[in-house]
Amino acid sequence: MSDRRLANSQLGSLEYDPAPESASIAKLKPSYGLFIDGKFSDAEADARFASVNPANEESLTSVAQASALDVDRAVVSARRAYDKVWSKTTGAQRSKYLFRIARLIQERSRELAVVETLDNGKPIRESRDVDIPLAAAHFFYYAGWADKLDHAGFGVNPKPLGVAGQIIPWNFPLLMAAWKLAPALAAGNTCVLKPAETTPLSALVLAEILEQAELPPGVVNIITGDGSTGAALVEHPDVDKIAFTGSTEVGRMIQQRTAATHKHLTLELGGKGANIVFEDAPVDEMIEGIIDGIFFNQGHVCCAGSRLLVQESVADEVLRRLVRRVEQLRVGDPLDKNTDVGAINSAAQLLRIRELTAFGESEGATRYTSSCELPQKGYWFAPTVFADVSQSHRIAREEIFGPVLSVLTFRTPEEAVAKANNTNYGLACGVWSEKGSRTLWVAERLRAGVIWANTYNRFDPTSPFGGMRESGFGREGGRHGLEAYLNV
Amino acid sequence: MSTAPLRLVTEQDRDVQIAATIAVPTIESEAQLKALLTSLSGVDAVGAEARVAKLSTRSIKKSTKLAAIEMAISMVDLTTLEGADTPGRVTSLCTKAMRPDPRDLTVPSVAAVCVYPDLVAHARSVLGSSPVAVASVATSFPSGRASLKVKLMDVRDAVSAGADEVDMVIDRGAFLSGRIGQVFDEIVAVKEACGDAHLKVILETGELVTYDNVRRASWIAMLGGADFIKTSTGKITVNATLPVALVMLEAVRDFAETAGPTVGVKVAGGIRTSKDAIRYLVLVNETVGSTWLTPHLFRFGASSLLNDLLMQRLKQQRGAYVRADEFSVD
Repeated sequence: MSDRRLANSQLGSLEYDPAPESASIAKLKPSYGLFIDGKFSDAEADARFASVNPANEESLTSVAQASALDVDRAVVSARRAYDKVWSKTTGAQRSKYLFRIARLIQERSRELAVVETLDNGKPIRESRDVDIPLAAAHFFYYAGWADKLDHAGFGVNPKPLGVAGQIIPWNFPLLMAAWKLAPALAAGNTCVLKPAETTPLSALVLAEILEQAELPPGVVNIITGDGSTGAALVEHPDVDKIAFTGSTEVGRMIQQRTAATHKHLTLELGGKGANIVFEDAPVDEMIEGIIDGIFFNQGHVCCAGSRLLVQESVADEVLRRLVRRVEQLRVGDPLDKNTDVGAINSAAQLLRIRELTAFGESEGATRYTSSCELPQKGYWFAPTVFADVSQSHRIAREEIFGPVLSVLTFRTPEEAVAKANNTNYGLACGVWSEKGSRTLWVAERLRAGVIWANTYNRFDPTSPFGGMRESGFGREGGRHGLEAYLNV
Repeated sequence: MSTAPLRLVTEQDRDVQIAATIAVPTIESEAQLKALLTSLSGVDAVGAEARVAKLSTRSIKKSTKLAAIEMAISMVDLTTLEGADTPGRVTSLCTKAMRPDPRDLTVPSVAAVCVYPDLVAHARSVLGSSPVAVASVATSFPSGRASLKVKLMDVRDAVSAGADEVDMVIDRGAFLSGRIGQVFDEIVAVKEACGDAHLKVILETGELVTYDNVRRASWIAMLGGADFIKTSTGKITVNATLPVALVMLEAVRDFAETAGPTVGVKVAGGIRTSKDAIRYLVLVNETVGSTWLTPHLFRFGASSLLNDLLMQRLKQQRGAYVRADEFSVD
């Protein structure tokens, strides 16, 4: 019973010839340096590491490992650019640069999508249709705010914070860079951005775009490296603001290290989102929403709907339809335009997913795993659903950050709310019902930063995003996103 | 990942698909029918449209594309429904239906020729013993605004003239004013009048407007005995759309799983390009699966679509586009 394979449904039996996007579109260079003061340079210690394609474990290119010395060079450059140039520009001038960056992202969108898919392992359909267009949209959106800060609701002439240190995760590399850079620049800050160790490449292409846009040197510095680089950035005394997106564990460390300093802090951390399904939910769209909620980006989504709370009266029906749909997901080559679920980003993450799912089985949950064939090389995990999960199971409490869904049941709206809130996290929830009054009743009582009604994992630059409790604090996106970069 | 090309599903495959668990419920009163319809799940319009948009990005290339084009050809109901139709025009259409590309006899014939009842006998005589079926619209097509007596005479007329398939229209007025019992009874009566002829029930989804209505009308038609449910007459502004087809496919899938028989779906009106047709086939594949990837259970009601399919087929084979004039205009 532990590894009950899905019965083979007849869905998707029309098989599609491979339709791969060409990897050569990425135009990757053999090696990349650090982008400091408007140009690429080698790291002081000349240390390097390889960026690996998680779909086949092949090395893509070599990138520089920034040391504390390099972090200092980057911060000094950002400070100089802030004092001499960026703090003296008008909002309209900043807006001009942001519009340029947005348009250049659009122009190079195909290249960026391939780079993102190679480096991250996500399907090209998602990088092409979600990551890259949304990244451009963020720059467009904040370009519009740069000359209207007086009207953002923070009083007249709100001031920037200064130099922002920004540390971003590997799940949406370019999009997270856009979420961080666009509001910071619009508000008048200069930035030092550190992309994740396993996914630095799209940020380095973005550095080329910043050069193309003729952004003044030092306004944005992009330094690659591991956790030690991030730690050096957090501890640098001349950084005024730290914005971090990543694990709760690292977020906690950062908050400790920035405590009792002048540094402003926003954290966007983990989650264990509940997708709550009532018996009157629009069933076909709800199944798609559950799928999007947990298998989008292989479940590497901080706001993933990783807990499904189903009203008991429809639980069997929902599970039957869900399992059939999971079996139909196309898992494989991320560059194939018809792939639905790509590769796990790293060996370390794959290990964590395997460990936690093993707990799921030993704790007695019923496991359904797609019978899809997985490629021999690379890091892969077949889409998995656990039924008969209880609140006390580890797979119902801990963030798995992979394509694994835990299904629990409830009887009344009160119980649904109680179970959804019974977590240390508080990032996102979904509510599925055709009854508007019930949706609002539930949404009001959920302790989460984002609540979706009859949909899941939808993002828009105009909408604020962020968490409560162990999911962090501060908002990104929308007018609210400016607050994180203004001295208000 | 497997690279096996798309193929037509054989009868043998189809037998193992879906087990009939429950017999079709007998509808004895309008109240019972109403209760059944209200027990159906609602459709979230935003979600349904998003699903379709996502499936429309599927990239169908190489051998899959060629196979899909040939499959689509075999699913065409080649249609002419004009006041100006003549025996001459119908002859030309039937000839095309049997041999869509006269230079290449490996191109499958289309599924059926669809005409008005008075031209059924003529079409039948031209088609002779070919596998192409004669479909006839009936029941005072396209508005359906006539008494049941007249509608049934229309159907019997078409069937006795040799129609293998009858495309009826539902009474949208009755549906929209809540007289669903009347809609149901008409379908039952028409089905009876059809005898052995297959019944396609046209919902005219452009007049039903909401997806919830489409889902309910689909169920009324299926419970009434439809062999096929069909989107549109092609005579109003809004014809077949992908989201409407999605909702209807979900309905036939759920019906097959809970009530027994497998009902077909016909999309009609406004489908002109191979690209459109392939999008529908992807929708069928990923919503109801291979069972429905056969002319027995999926059809395109179209006229100009056929030439585009032939043109794209040749393009796939030759690697270069060919002139439109390479194909007959009928």
